[in-house]
Amino acid sequence: MTDATQRPAPDPFILPEDGHEETAPAISPLRPGEDPENIAVAGQWQLIRKRFFGNKVAVAAGVIVILLYLIAAFVEFLAPASPTAAQPRFTYAPPQSVAFFVEDPETGTRRWLPHVKGYTMEVDLESLRRTFTIDDDQVIPIGFFVEGSSYRLWGLFEMNRRLIGPLDPSKPMNLLGTDSLGRDLLSRVIYGTRVSMSIGLIGVVTSLVIGTILGALSGYYGGWVDLSIQRLIEVISAIPTIPLWLGLAAAIPITWSPLRVYFIITLIVSLLAWTSLAREVRGRFFSLKGEDFVTAALLDGSSQRRVIFRHILPSLTSHILAVVTLAIPTMIVAETALSFLGIGLKPPVVSWGVLLQDAQNIRTVATAPWLLVWPSLMVVLSVLAFNFLGDGLRDAADPYEN
Amino acid sequence: MLGYIVKRVFLMIPTMIGISIISFFIIQLPPGDYLTSVLASMADGGQNIDEAEIARMRRIYGLDDPMIVQYWKWISGIVLRGDFGYSFEWGRPVSELIWDRMGATLGVSVAALIFVWAVSLPIGIYSAVRRHSFGDHIFTFLGFLGLAIPNFILALTLMYVSFAYFGQSVGGLFSPEYAQADWSLARVWDLLKHLWIPVVVVGTSGTAALIRILRANLTDELSKPYVVTARAKGLPEYQVILKYPVRIALNPFVSAIGWVLPQLISGVTITAIVLNLPTAGPMLIRALVAQDMYLAGSFILLMGVLTLIGMLVSDLLLAALDPRIRFT
Repeated sequence: MTDATQRPAPDPFILPEDGHEETAPAISPLRPGEDPENIAVAGQWQLIRKRFFGNKVAVAAGVIVILLYLIAAFVEFLAPASPTAAQPRFTYAPPQSVAFFVEDPETGTRRWLPHVKGYTMEVDLESLRRTFTIDDDQVIPIGFFVEGSSYRLWGLFEMNRRLIGPLDPSKPMNLLGTDSLGRDLLSRVIYGTRVSMSIGLIGVVTSLVIGTILGALSGYYGGWVDLSIQRLIEVISAIPTIPLWLGLAAAIPITWSPLRVYFIITLIVSLLAWTSLAREVRGRFFSLKGEDFVTAALLDGSSQRRVIFRHILPSLTSHILAVVTLAIPTMIVAETALSFLGIGLKPPVVSWGVLLQDAQNIRTVATAPWLLVWPSLMVVLSVLAFNFLGDGLRDAADPYEN
Repeated sequence: MLGYIVKRVFLMIPTMIGISIISFFIIQLPPGDYLTSVLASMADGGQNIDEAEIARMRRIYGLDDPMIVQYWKWISGIVLRGDFGYSFEWGRPVSELIWDRMGATLGVSVAALIFVWAVSLPIGIYSAVRRHSFGDHIFTFLGFLGLAIPNFILALTLMYVSFAYFGQSVGGLFSPEYAQADWSLARVWDLLKHLWIPVVVVGTSGTAALIRILRANLTDELSKPYVVTARAKGLPEYQVILKYPVRIALNPFVSAIGWVLPQLISGVTITAIVLNLPTAGPMLIRALVAQDMYLAGSFILLMGVLTLIGMLVSDLLLAALDPRIRFT
């Protein structure tokens, strides 16, 4: 009974506001000011939520992640044009900026009219290369919910309204510029969001399944099961990731359909990401399997499978969620790197990495820096958002520790 | 200590075998074998191929043997004779091709490791001592950015910036006039002028990670009673910080060899492809695209082995430097 003396001084007693005499423990774990009615019954998830929402950076990152997935869900509607629609008349056209007022040249008054400026073409007589510059005299009115080329939302609904576009569909509107074939970069970046973000999500589900099962087996049974799984993890993490990804991805036959390549790339990036998850799960299992509730479940006659899946794993959910969030950016970067090198996804599939393929040549980048800037920004933004969100989740994952 | 070293080396063997199996698996992965691609390229060249000749080559290369026999032939050739197989694309034994490239990879990786140490040590100490100061927040922000930007995007960006604003092209490790020259002071200077970009590109994420670790460790250390004692007995502040807390917080720097090195080797691979450095990366990807699998597999095997050696060195150094670690 020595630990009673080591306990910190208890907080002052608190009586509920309605003045009822306290019947439960005499010493309340509550701090003054906390409403006992709420806190005393708060479950684990309520505490986690409270802690997470207190972290402003993580919440902001979470909002960005949700926005990115919303973009991924509604690409057809959000993109001003089809990602494959080439405009041979406007190759490497620079980005146009949006302006909201036009000035009347005679009266000098300003009038509300959202628009972008048109292009003029110049031909360099020496290299015979066409360059486009923004022409301030041409005004191309734009608007929201305009009619553009028709598309099928999710391949189901025939529609032709687009979020933003030129009022006259024959006029160019390239808010982020165009590529070598004159395709609108904004539309391509938006379409790339769907592929790149979904690779992270599907990949993480795959590694979640592998990592949780192997980590759980390793941590629950210990012994030779643990030893062999740990060796496997060690071997996989000893090989530098990029060479290994390259080796696996290069074996994909070029004749495969884009969809098949997509799934196999997802599998490759997730095959190597499960190791950290398995380690985390294993460690938690080791510390949890001696807990009273596990013993109680075993004494109640639960099977081992039931103990693992119904008793231990649910108490790890928050930790697993955090690790999983932190694993997604690795996969996004992996896909981008592989596609950039030309052995991942290939055109006509559009992902951020495929877009960056166009920026491989330094002279192209010098002519059209936007080809490097925007896809890179999207990659960095998504990685940052997932990292901050994951950090926030990890800090909130265990509400009972200080 | 000797017993510990021997034990660690023995423990490495199963991992080593595992790495070699994965490398061999990658070699075997593309559809068809070794000879199929040779035959295809010979047929493209309009050469007639004799059936008997094909059968003879299949026998020589042991392509009809069961997988385990093929693996044994491959791995025993490497271990016993240093024979990594034959590169069809280059028409030379793999062992003649890889060592220069692996040397360059190791060189750039080590240079990057030194960069990581040199930069993260002062910044880490500063951030821990002046926590929540303006400078600390700046470094924390830069650190998060450094962790979030993939190597190859950073390389492309630096390339673009130096091309567009300094009119300088930044590929390779040497300027053309020094590429074949003998070693001299001017050549070393030229190398340094080229080396800094890959080193910065590859080292950034490792630096950011190490700063975070050092900051956290040193913060824990600085609040311990012995630091208060040191301060109370009147030691100058730099001694209070540098003499004991930094020394203890330095352990992750040594263990960093184990986990930063694979990152660096991995980073050098892709950065070298972008910057066209004469390291293993560009040759590896070319071999993979051409399905010159023995060359590619050898690179992957050697990179894995290099990582393992790095982990071993870091464990041994840690054991030697930190008296609290027991040799069990």
